[in-house]
Amino acid sequence: MTIEPIGVQDTEQPDHDAEHTPPAPVQPRKKRRVTPGKVVIGALLTITTVVFIYPFIWLLSASFKPRGEVFDNKLIPDTFILDNYINVWREAPMALWLWNTILVTVLAAVTVAASSAMVAWGFAYFRFRGRNLLFGVVLATMMLPGAVTMIPVFLIWNNLGMVDTLTPLWAQNLFGSAFYIFLLRQFFLGLPRDLFDAAKIDGANNWQIFRRIAVPLCKPALIITLIFEFQAAWTDLMRPLIYLRDSDNFTVPRGLKALLDQFGFGGEWHWEIVVTASVITTVPMIILFFLAQKHFVQGIATTGTKG
Amino acid sequence: MARPALDAPAVPADERALRAKRRLRRRETRAALLFISPWIIGFFVFTAWPIIYSGYLSLTDYDVINDPNFVGLANYERLFEDDKVRLALQNTFFFTLIQVPLYVIVSLALALLLNKAGRSAGFFRTAFFLPKMTPPVAVGILLLLLFNGQSGMINQALGWFGVDGPAWTTDPTWVKPGLILMSLWSVGASVIILLAALRNVPQELYDSARVDGANWWQQTWRITVPMISGALFFIFIVNTIAGFQTFTEAYTAFFGSGNTTYSNDAALFYVIYLFQQAFEFLHMGYASALAWLLFVIIMIFTAIQMVVSRRFVYYEGEQR
Repeated sequence: MTIEPIGVQDTEQPDHDAEHTPPAPVQPRKKRRVTPGKVVIGALLTITTVVFIYPFIWLLSASFKPRGEVFDNKLIPDTFILDNYINVWREAPMALWLWNTILVTVLAAVTVAASSAMVAWGFAYFRFRGRNLLFGVVLATMMLPGAVTMIPVFLIWNNLGMVDTLTPLWAQNLFGSAFYIFLLRQFFLGLPRDLFDAAKIDGANNWQIFRRIAVPLCKPALIITLIFEFQAAWTDLMRPLIYLRDSDNFTVPRGLKALLDQFGFGGEWHWEIVVTASVITTVPMIILFFLAQKHFVQGIATTGTKG
Repeated sequence: MARPALDAPAVPADERALRAKRRLRRRETRAALLFISPWIIGFFVFTAWPIIYSGYLSLTDYDVINDPNFVGLANYERLFEDDKVRLALQNTFFFTLIQVPLYVIVSLALALLLNKAGRSAGFFRTAFFLPKMTPPVAVGILLLLLFNGQSGMINQALGWFGVDGPAWTTDPTWVKPGLILMSLWSVGASVIILLAALRNVPQELYDSARVDGANWWQQTWRITVPMISGALFFIFIVNTIAGFQTFTEAYTAFFGSGNTTYSNDAALFYVIYLFQQAFEFLHMGYASALAWLLFVIIMIFTAIQMVVSRRFVYYEGEQR
């Protein structure tokens, strides 16, 4: 590759302006030059994009194919049918699974955002002895592999008689989660302290300062927390595998695994059902991403640079 | 904050102020602890006690129904004799040691590419990130479908180049490479992290390098990579820890009830074996010992990476 200047951004500006100003009679003198470097980059980007998007198109297309054509690898189905979507709802309590999943994800996201914000505020605003040590413990728990606590935590829920209910899938979030505490604290620390001191002088108590001033100001970070946890709870398979027994209690991913075991391997070989259920499991996450794309990107970028 | 003896008459006033300050501080501490209390409770119930209890369980035989039966170090001795443990460790090391470097290289390549995409970067970023949104169960299923030996898309594509693709989902030699390739599909988040880091590299560095006649390759290796080494290291460590605990995709594709024909020991990763021992065979004691071994392994690897990073990673400002 040649020395491609990073000047891509520089050439962008005039172009951008040209679009918004009324059409000038004179062509802008500096036309965007097509250099070999740009062609190579464009080609590479296109190829990788096709590779990344292809599985989605394959899956979506296969979900509209009859049983015999699922594996024909054609992008446009020879015979286009909607039967698979009807059959999935007939073969599995899909509506129930979706409802269970929505319940778990909403509860998980809301509780973790509320509790983590409180804890993060406690670490960010107040000064007390042992604060840094305690926060160090918070960070250390992030490093702890989930496998170590998995069994005793299961035994706790088992003793409470809550195995095969949805509670173990979200209730732990009432106590905050280290990653989000870290994220939100970072955000709170970025807010100007004068704001809170002023409120204090005006007679606001600690709860009011938190609830009325700090929380509204940290909305971006709260949104990031909500969508991250929503995604984590929606896509989780391990905990539903551990805690859910009756298929009426399944979440969608757990149900999808059950469908795979029954229709994929179980000898029945109805892959069109598995494919269609996969689409139903995935689509809500794709929608979530398009609704909150900006926040996802922002959230991930901050965790990487501050972590 | 003792003041010099000069203003001796002020001592009582000082004392009073000090006492008031102390009271204020005590009140602040109480308020802080109130805010932090959810985490403190959660820490004791769901972290501290489980760690201790798991340590105890690892010294017992426990099947949930009957009381734990103390067996001393027998579970740990069994770890070293169990062929499946050795197999699971081999599989997991193989997967992690190959997947993590590949993952970092691919994310870096894509981030560098995206950084040059100019105005259309947003579109391509979306394309790269969407796989990360896909539930891992669905990724496991996609693996079975796309990598299918006879009719899978991957082998068909290889066929165009005259390559006779292997039986990715059944041949033990090819199961892990298939899983690794599939895992590269979800590099999206790392790409975004690296892209953010790339955008923070000061432009002047490249300008002066170009004046000195450095080419693209030299600029990348001498400026870009060192400047974003913090983010690279972050991805490296996070993925290593995740790699040792890899579970969902492999479990979906190769294990589970009714899946005896397809179950494949080449995909028996450590956490899958731990999960089976704990929740399928109800060997809670033995599974706890397995968990502790995993914990020690992850700690050792993280410590090694930390030490190595101190030599190679550049943090802006270097305040630490």
